[in-house]
Amino acid sequence: MRLLTHNMLSSNIKGVTNGFPLRIEAEKVVEKTVDFNADFLKNMFAKVEWNALVEASKTMGYFELPDNVESSMLESDEFLQKFHHALLELHLEEGALICPETGRKFPVSKGIPNMLLHEDEV
Amino acid sequence: MTSRPELQAPPEIFYNDEEARKYTSSSRIIDIQAKLSERALELLALPDDDMPKLLLDIGCGSGLSGETLTENGHQWIGLDISQAMLDVALEREVEGGLVLSDMGQGLGLRPGVVDGAISISAVQPPAVSLSYQWLCNADKSSHEPRLRLKVFFATLYRCLARGARAVFQVYPENLAQRELILGFAMRAGFSGGVVVDFPHSTKSRKEYLVLTCGPPSLRSSIPKGKNEDEESCGDEESSGDDENDAVCVSDRHRPRKKQKLNKKVKGREWVMRKKEHIRRKGNAVPLDTKYTARKRKARF
Repeated sequence: MRLLTHNMLSSNIKGVTNGFPLRIEAEKVVEKTVDFNADFLKNMFAKVEWNALVEASKTMGYFELPDNVESSMLESDEFLQKFHHALLELHLEEGALICPETGRKFPVSKGIPNMLLHEDEV
Repeated sequence: MTSRPELQAPPEIFYNDEEARKYTSSSRIIDIQAKLSERALELLALPDDDMPKLLLDIGCGSGLSGETLTENGHQWIGLDISQAMLDVALEREVEGGLVLSDMGQGLGLRPGVVDGAISISAVQPPAVSLSYQWLCNADKSSHEPRLRLKVFFATLYRCLARGARAVFQVYPENLAQRELILGFAMRAGFSGGVVVDFPHSTKSRKEYLVLTCGPPSLRSSIPKGKNEDEESCGDEESSGDDENDAVCVSDRHRPRKKQKLNKKVKGREWVMRKKEHIRRKGNAVPLDTKYTARKRKARF
């Protein structure tokens, strides 16, 4: 699971007011190479929840992302490369996503998070 | 003489895996899925700015439709309820982010982040083995179908960006279901309608529910469906002459019951074409005269 996906996912459990962001429990992280596309990154920059991305990338072992950002940094290729790496190239293969309010674990296996809710959580 | 025992059918437990593989390895199905996905992407009417978008593939299955999105330069997140299908998608190394989830439980995505959503062949008649019937899932007693529909559309509406569209390719058999779906979509705030491609051909007929996030506007008017005679399609501003091809529904009204599509009484032109066709095949065909395809009395 890429951090791009993680940044969009939120806990859907009944009664949870803010299910975002899901905490990551990383057991196995893999790095993949993905084509760099500056346009896409600039477009995504507005949508991405930056703090969540930084926290998530740290749990995956990547500490290069700056904590504070402003849109002027999008001009810097160096920054874009780091952004690209964190967003698209870090993959969680095995581990879990944890709902911030209930603590419920959503297992991640083979890179696919299992977000299926039980009967009583709907 | 005893007859040979039949070969054992694969055990039920592996049914899903077998079927998933079979489905994905059929070249015909791959071809169909690609065409449907291209058309759905077209109907999404994304701005023509060469900017990769973040799209949703609802019921992505083994990633056949998602690949079309990748080929068009977009990033996507695919949701599916079948682990077996997602496993096949993994094997095929699709580029999209895969999530195992049940959309009747809600999409679980942040508000306003998705630029468009497609869903290809995710709603199927109950007979087809791989369909997860998120509409009429009677297995889970607590997941009453109407509630699931309501939750699905509410969460879909929420996660789409303003002005974004959702395109569902559905099968015509489910006419009643389609009306039901449209109803729930409207109530969630969507506006939109149905685009029918090749309405007169039983074989080629395809239906797409095109939903727009937000009130109906010029920009969101329903594109014309494809016809046998014309290649025209996707012309956004033309909503005028759609009566046979599309039903335009606004969010305030209940969806008009789709006008029974009267197969245009087959005119002389059609008959002449058919005769030519059969003649070419080499069969005996009566000569064309002024009486060919003459309008007969009703009680003929």
